[in-house]
Amino acid sequence: MTPTRKKRLIMVLLVALGVSLATAIFLTAFKDNIMFFKSPTEVAAQDFPVNRNFRLGGMVKDGSMQRIPDSLKVQFIVTDFAADVTVEYEGILPDLFREGQGVVTIGQMSEDDLFIAEEVLAKHDENYMPPEVADALEAAKPQSKEYE
Amino acid sequence: MNRIIKFYHECGSPPSFYRITGHWLRPMFWLALTLSIYGLIDGLFLAPEDYQQGDSYRIIFVHVPAAWMSLFIYAIIGIAGIMTFVWRMKVAEAVMMASVPIGALFTAVTLLTGMLWGKPMWGTYWDWDARMTSELILLFLYIGVFGIYAAYDEDPRKAARLASLVAIIGLVNLPIIRYSVEWWTSIHQGSSISLMEGSTGIRDWDMLRPLLVMALATKFYFIYSMLSRARIYLLRTEKQKQWVQKAVLGAQPSGGAS
Repeated sequence: MTPTRKKRLIMVLLVALGVSLATAIFLTAFKDNIMFFKSPTEVAAQDFPVNRNFRLGGMVKDGSMQRIPDSLKVQFIVTDFAADVTVEYEGILPDLFREGQGVVTIGQMSEDDLFIAEEVLAKHDENYMPPEVADALEAAKPQSKEYE
Repeated sequence: MNRIIKFYHECGSPPSFYRITGHWLRPMFWLALTLSIYGLIDGLFLAPEDYQQGDSYRIIFVHVPAAWMSLFIYAIIGIAGIMTFVWRMKVAEAVMMASVPIGALFTAVTLLTGMLWGKPMWGTYWDWDARMTSELILLFLYIGVFGIYAAYDEDPRKAARLASLVAIIGLVNLPIIRYSVEWWTSIHQGSSISLMEGSTGIRDWDMLRPLLVMALATKFYFIYSMLSRARIYLLRTEKQKQWVQKAVLGAQPSGGAS
């Protein structure tokens, strides 16, 4: 390699290294802001903005979904299997919303430890399968369900 | 081994690159066309529906191959950018600048199909989670590389060198997009398929097959489209050279231009 090319190659590598370092530092510094949602554990530890909207994400707990009589409100529990947060929401739930599924809710904590959601988004997982396969998996499930 | 080195050196010279790739265009085009027609029919009509999303999941057969291409093409641009900057290879300049609009197109398709799927499934077209934001930045990077090149119109070779720097710096975004769903919480789901772990999320062959066919089809389309553009790029930037005169006039019936 000629000296000029070598110099240019070293320069490119240095630029790449510098940019990667700067980006890594930036991303680490803003980790909390890039996190899309807070987990129920963080909320239980009071690690959330007060009187301001934030996102709460987790799984909808099995059997926790209930409609509040005489209103359009629903209540359900969002869990990360370590802590639970009760969410109240008034509006139309997305198609994929169901118990045992991931969910991201946007809203704020009320004083009585209720998360008042203004918006509920369903989070899909990375598994795709035909209905027959899902049924077969479901049929094989009861034996292994004891851990809950 | 010697033949590979010889082939590499041949590809580095614009006239032989032009001559060799001329033979590839037609097969690449037909491979891309047949595979996409087959892949789309297989994916949109024959593949079984998903147990949760029903038919809505079928956008995966366009969205995921396009997303893979948006990253793959940027990686090509980055490598060609390094070759442009360090070795000043004309063919690398051509490959880099020829790839930019194709990559930008695939990125736009990725973002649009993702939004169309997001509305019925998540409940929103767009939200600023790490995956979506970094993919949007990728689109801006493509536009940036192209913009820098277009803004400097005095000397295309110098313009390509400037554009290559933007391309190289932008490479840092690729691992961020890839790992955005693992490093941070996001609304976008994790990877169903990865090079290292295989297809962990899609185990049904009838679902997986059209996806892989579409991934191949988009690769062939890229090779076809990129080579066509790179050849024209070389003709334009080398128009004073004798090989261009010969290549262009040779293609016409004798007695054309004088």
